[in-house]
Amino acid sequence: MKRSLMGRLWPNLVAVVIFVFCVFPVYWMFATAFKPTGDIIAEDPVWFPTDATLEHFKTAIDADHFWTMVGNSVIVTVLAVVFSLIIGVTAAFALARMRFKGRRGFIIGFMLAQMAPWEVMVIAIYIIVRDADMLNSLIPLTLFYMVMILPFTLLTLRGFVAAVPKELEESAMVDGCTRMQAFRRVILPLLAPGLMSTSLFGFITAWNEFPLALVLNKEAEAKTLPIWLSSFQTAFGDDWGATMAAASLFAIPILILFVFLQRRAVAGLTDGAVKG
Amino acid sequence: MTVQKTERPPSGPTEVQTPEGGPRPSAPLKEPRRLAGLTPYLLLAPAIVATLLLLGWPLVNNGILSFQNLNMRQFILHLTEWNGFDNYKDVLTGEDFWRVTGRSVVFTAVNVVLIMVLGTLVGLLLARLGRKMRTFLLLGLVLTWAMPVVAASTVYQWLFAQRFGVVNWVLAKIGFESMADHDWLATQYSTFFVVLLLIVWMSIPFVAINLYAATTTIPKELYEAAALDGAGAIKQFTQVTLPYLKPFLYATTFLEIIWVFKAFVQVFTINEGGPDRLTEILPVYAYIEGMGNQHFGMGAAIALLTIVILLAITSFYLRIVLKQEEDEL
Repeated sequence: MKRSLMGRLWPNLVAVVIFVFCVFPVYWMFATAFKPTGDIIAEDPVWFPTDATLEHFKTAIDADHFWTMVGNSVIVTVLAVVFSLIIGVTAAFALARMRFKGRRGFIIGFMLAQMAPWEVMVIAIYIIVRDADMLNSLIPLTLFYMVMILPFTLLTLRGFVAAVPKELEESAMVDGCTRMQAFRRVILPLLAPGLMSTSLFGFITAWNEFPLALVLNKEAEAKTLPIWLSSFQTAFGDDWGATMAAASLFAIPILILFVFLQRRAVAGLTDGAVKG
Repeated sequence: MTVQKTERPPSGPTEVQTPEGGPRPSAPLKEPRRLAGLTPYLLLAPAIVATLLLLGWPLVNNGILSFQNLNMRQFILHLTEWNGFDNYKDVLTGEDFWRVTGRSVVFTAVNVVLIMVLGTLVGLLLARLGRKMRTFLLLGLVLTWAMPVVAASTVYQWLFAQRFGVVNWVLAKIGFESMADHDWLATQYSTFFVVLLLIVWMSIPFVAINLYAATTTIPKELYEAAALDGAGAIKQFTQVTLPYLKPFLYATTFLEIIWVFKAFVQVFTINEGGPDRLTEILPVYAYIEGMGNQHFGMGAAIALLTIVILLAITSFYLRIVLKQEEDEL
């Protein structure tokens, strides 16, 4: 009796320990961001911010160029996602529904592109962008992010298109739609979940991208938020309150997106990600 | 749901492919035949052009640069000085490259083993928990997963901060008083430890949640049959669960190898490859040689060698994936 109770108890205990291990860093970020400086540098850690303050968030937001960089990140991320969805969904349609020479080659090509080692190509990209005289511009970043997320978008959407019953499309065509009209009116609306999860993935990738933004856009007016966050930390040194407030501000959009879209999006995300 | 697809990593559902050999749907008949034949290529064109231009060209350019003597001077004056295989000769005969390569391989191996073992255990735990507890733990995993990497590495620096860092405080409290003012980023191994913890922490949710999803698709009959054959819990695990999850475990391990091998951001943001360049892994080494020390040609050569090593490590799995894809199409 006792043993079976223990048998039921221990997985729960382990689960609680793992939960704490997972969540504590995230909690500590927010907690520190709200604590008055006195609590942050207290001899013993203050585990819960009792007199919460917004002072650190103010420091972070008042930092030079904060809003410019928010704008930059939003512009680059949204455009990259939208462009990759547009060119991804048309290509996905062709790959899922049409039969043509070289189709297999294209699919394999995009699978390889998905593994592209962007982290090691920064030098080559830097030289190309410099020669095009486009350093400190948002255009190259947008374009590179678009291509960075394109293979995933395209391959995942291909799966979603393929999952739409062919009969739906065919009956629309019998009713006089052209193939493209059938696609637009019948398939596209059914792709909504797929579009959502792929755009979430794209959003996260572009929002977080660090190496390219680091080398291409060094001027404050052209920086994006990950670069702001890493340089903010250097600039503010031991001001952990402000640094954690900055980290929170950067993380919040992603955390919110994840929580809201979690069920559907995570399923699609893992699906596509595991497809390599 | 998830797993039927992860079984065959690269492709979507197969049952609804194009009608191989079957008659085309009626629509193309409305368009001139030649144009209809071109349609798929036109639809693919933007994606292909963008990829070739923005991914292919940097790759080619990287190759070209790696045969040039391109340092600060040549860079500013826009000079092109070819130097044949000199960069490669220098890199491959120097000690640094091999030391960094060895370090990268060990670093990747340790991380991936930890991620896979712990992630699998957490995934199996999820399958064992009751509904409420499972939702609770899933929430924690998702929160971790959603943490952006630069934010996460900033938080880890704060957790491990020399002064007022909560890790040092806890260690001092539980008896390691010498740890009270420990500087984690001062030595190679302790810096690596922080990076490792960060990467493992961030990666476990992906493996655990996917593995849990995979276990939900194992047919109950398999366990019943095994139980009839007299298999105990351990035997059921090794003879039913594990074989069933094998393709999935392969795919995830492969992905983690790629991700960890290229973990530029984590290493760079924690301590920029320091102290004394002792925690540089290959991508960081290429960056610091190329961009930091402005030996662009040399950096490009290291980058290319890194790509070759990455391909060599993953070629085994790539072959399986490509072959599977061919079988399915």
